[in-house]
Amino acid sequence: MAEPILRLEGLNKSFGALKASDNVSLELYPGEIHALIGPNGAGKSTLINQISGALQPDSGRVYFAGEDVSELGMAARARLGMGRTFQVSSLAGEFSALRNVMLAVQSRQGSSFRFFKPVMSDRSLVDPAMDALARVGLEHRADVPAAELSHGERRQLEIAIALALGAKAFLLDEPMAGMGPEGSKALTRFLDGLRHEAPILLVEHDMDAVFALADRVSVLVYGRIIASGTVEEIRRDSAVREAYLGEGA
Amino acid sequence: MGEAMTRNLITRENLITLVLLAALLVGPLVAVALDETFYVTLATRIAILALAATGLNLALGLGGLVSFGHAAFFGIGGYAAGILATHAFNGEPLIFGLSGTKNMLIIWLVGAVSAAVVAAATGLIALRTSGVYFIMITLAFAQMIYYFAISWPAYGGEDGLSIFVRNGFPGVNTLQPLSFFLLCFAVLIVGLVFFAVLKNSRFGAALQAGRQNETRLAAVGIAPFRIRLAAFVISAMMTAIAGALFADLNRFVSPAMLSWHMSGELIVLIILGGTGRLAGPLAGACVYVLFEFLLGGMTEHWQLFLGLVLLGVVLFARGGVIGLLAGRAHHG
Amino acid sequence: MSLTLLIEQILNGLQFGVMLFLMAAGLTLIFGVMGLINLAHGALFMVGAFACASVAAWTGSFWAGLAASLAAAAAAGAVIELLVIRRLYDRDHLDQVLATFALILIFSEGTRWLFGSFPLYLDIPPLLSGAVSLPGGAPYPVYRLAVIGVGIAVAVGLSLLISRTRLGMRIRAGESDREMIAALGVDITTLYTLVFALGAALAGLAGAMVGALQSVQVGMGEPVLILAFVVIVIGGIGSIRGALFGSILVGLTETLGRVLLPHGLGLFMEPSAAASIGAAIASMLIYILMALILAFRPQGLFAANG
Repeated sequence: MAEPILRLEGLNKSFGALKASDNVSLELYPGEIHALIGPNGAGKSTLINQISGALQPDSGRVYFAGEDVSELGMAARARLGMGRTFQVSSLAGEFSALRNVMLAVQSRQGSSFRFFKPVMSDRSLVDPAMDALARVGLEHRADVPAAELSHGERRQLEIAIALALGAKAFLLDEPMAGMGPEGSKALTRFLDGLRHEAPILLVEHDMDAVFALADRVSVLVYGRIIASGTVEEIRRDSAVREAYLGEGA
Repeated sequence: MGEAMTRNLITRENLITLVLLAALLVGPLVAVALDETFYVTLATRIAILALAATGLNLALGLGGLVSFGHAAFFGIGGYAAGILATHAFNGEPLIFGLSGTKNMLIIWLVGAVSAAVVAAATGLIALRTSGVYFIMITLAFAQMIYYFAISWPAYGGEDGLSIFVRNGFPGVNTLQPLSFFLLCFAVLIVGLVFFAVLKNSRFGAALQAGRQNETRLAAVGIAPFRIRLAAFVISAMMTAIAGALFADLNRFVSPAMLSWHMSGELIVLIILGGTGRLAGPLAGACVYVLFEFLLGGMTEHWQLFLGLVLLGVVLFARGGVIGLLAGRAHHG
Repeated sequence: MSLTLLIEQILNGLQFGVMLFLMAAGLTLIFGVMGLINLAHGALFMVGAFACASVAAWTGSFWAGLAASLAAAAAAGAVIELLVIRRLYDRDHLDQVLATFALILIFSEGTRWLFGSFPLYLDIPPLLSGAVSLPGGAPYPVYRLAVIGVGIAVAVGLSLLISRTRLGMRIRAGESDREMIAALGVDITTLYTLVFALGAALAGLAGAMVGALQSVQVGMGEPVLILAFVVIVIGGIGSIRGALFGSILVGLTETLGRVLLPHGLGLFMEPSAAASIGAAIASMLIYILMALILAFRPQGLFAANG
């Protein structure tokens, strides 16, 4: 088996008496979509926050692209290639969709300490940004301020940004949430093709998408991974059924 | 892309900016023709305050850094002018054997570098905080410098320091009001151009994105802290140069330039004109100085009305003068 | 440096600290409960002092003046809360700073318009005008001890209010989750007005008490306001305990620093240099202290809720 691009080793995080992450270990391999599912309050977002660097675990390590990134902040991890989207879309609201993506292109190209050349006429920024927007189907909304985009468009924009970043792995936090059936189907098709560019750690509630896309699934309940395996294995796992469906399922 | 850029430049906001600048330039020329040199001084004051506020606008308007201590940098520039002039006047060496000077270029350099050092040192601590803490810390650091200036006896303390003869600029007769105004106006233009260029650059994009959404900036791999520290330092330098000009305008520098009222005044200038807008500080300075002049002539309690106007702007006309005239900002 | 002088300065520092606490407690409550930064607090301090001085001069009774100062400051607080402050709760801190800065201008010039630029005088009431003997024999004003006493009483009173009463419960709940208590049906609007008026009354009380020690003039609240902000930043915004600790710390540092620094420097410097350098450093001392504390704990010493 190839080297995992992302490896979590024994992550623990408590908020007072609440144990949000309980000795979580997990791998993400190249070319795969690894879904992370679990009931509400299981600690999925907390885990994503620890992976991306937004939150420091109490103990445990995070390895990305062969490096130990546990001491690095969010920006450093993003520069290494972590492309994260947010459960509640987090964008520069006044900036257009295009300018939001251009930020990622600018970051990928190197230093932001450039004071003179105007960005809007810089083809090396605008063109790759437009390409990323076109890939998610947003090129016709390039000049719309991010705050004015629809919910689904904001989610697409976040993915475009991760694409423009040249992400080595995608951390997607409930990308289907709030998308209608059409949008979900389109996004599912899109993610299916995306896995070959970079593997995806997919936190999702939408079970149709999970079963259609995932190569492997890990189930998080009360901060602990209670099961991990292929879709079929998880479907049959009694602990998982109990956690989701209650006893007697 | 070339024609699109030209089209983009001809916006309502840019036209208003040009009109304001033209009015500011023409006013003193007319005043001199009518032999009313007082108005030249007024216009010079507007230009200098506009420059100081433009400096703050870099940090506050673009970066969202509410610095309630920018008077510190204004005052540092002023004292650079005053101290260097004093040493040039009495011939005593400064420190490290250096002598004073009456050359504005050197004074501006010293003022800007001193402000940069102070901004870097205080920014390193202040920028680790955010929100209310940041506002309070910047205020407190400025107070520290204010009290230091009051109690350090060598340069006038509370009474301030006089600059007997205005400092000089190569090729300009700074003693002549109109020439000095044109010099300040030119520096203001340079400052505005610098602001505009910075705003449209990659640095400006990162800075503004950080103001809108700090998490988003980090998530694309740009560390907000470094960008903000740089912005804070650059903005301090511009405000310091304005301070040096202000000291030369009045031929006087005192701790009042370092007071928190001055810091508040700088923020007021930006809000009155429109936060983050290129001509915001200029419009704000025009409104403020004219208000002070016109209303101050009628009542000594003009600040009460200023307070009411400010309150009105904050509560009801949040975009300031430029917002009223040119509508909401277009970020492209 | 005699022991008597030291004790005297420590008491002065405590008295100053207690006065700062009255300001800081109000500020930190207002920020903790309403998320609002209020620069006009210094103006309320001034209102209290002016009310006390005018009513005391008019009736001849300091105590009537004191009551008037509480009433006037609370009323002024309630009025500005109703007219201005409540529009600011949802705004960002910049707007709050500017709007309350505008209020400072309005109050300061308004007071100057009504009372003129000359200071008013407020006499210490006869009951408190004596002195007690400190160990070592030096006399110390009873009034200052009374101020310390009032401060301690207020600290105890506030702590009881917050931990034992229903109002206090709502305050504590409001500090941790504003939206939640509104959803639970607590009347937020009235709660906010009450908290603001309470903070204002404390500021007015401080102003009235200080008015008898210094003179009563426009702008007297501003240096105190800035220090109060330093106090709550050091103590942790939103924490009353932090405000108490911070105010005593700042009060003592400020007072003792001014006395001890020139003295200490005088041990190895000539007196005039020691005096001026000592004074310069002493005036910056509080801010250096704040910077050091924040360098290690950016959220203050007793950060309330995360």
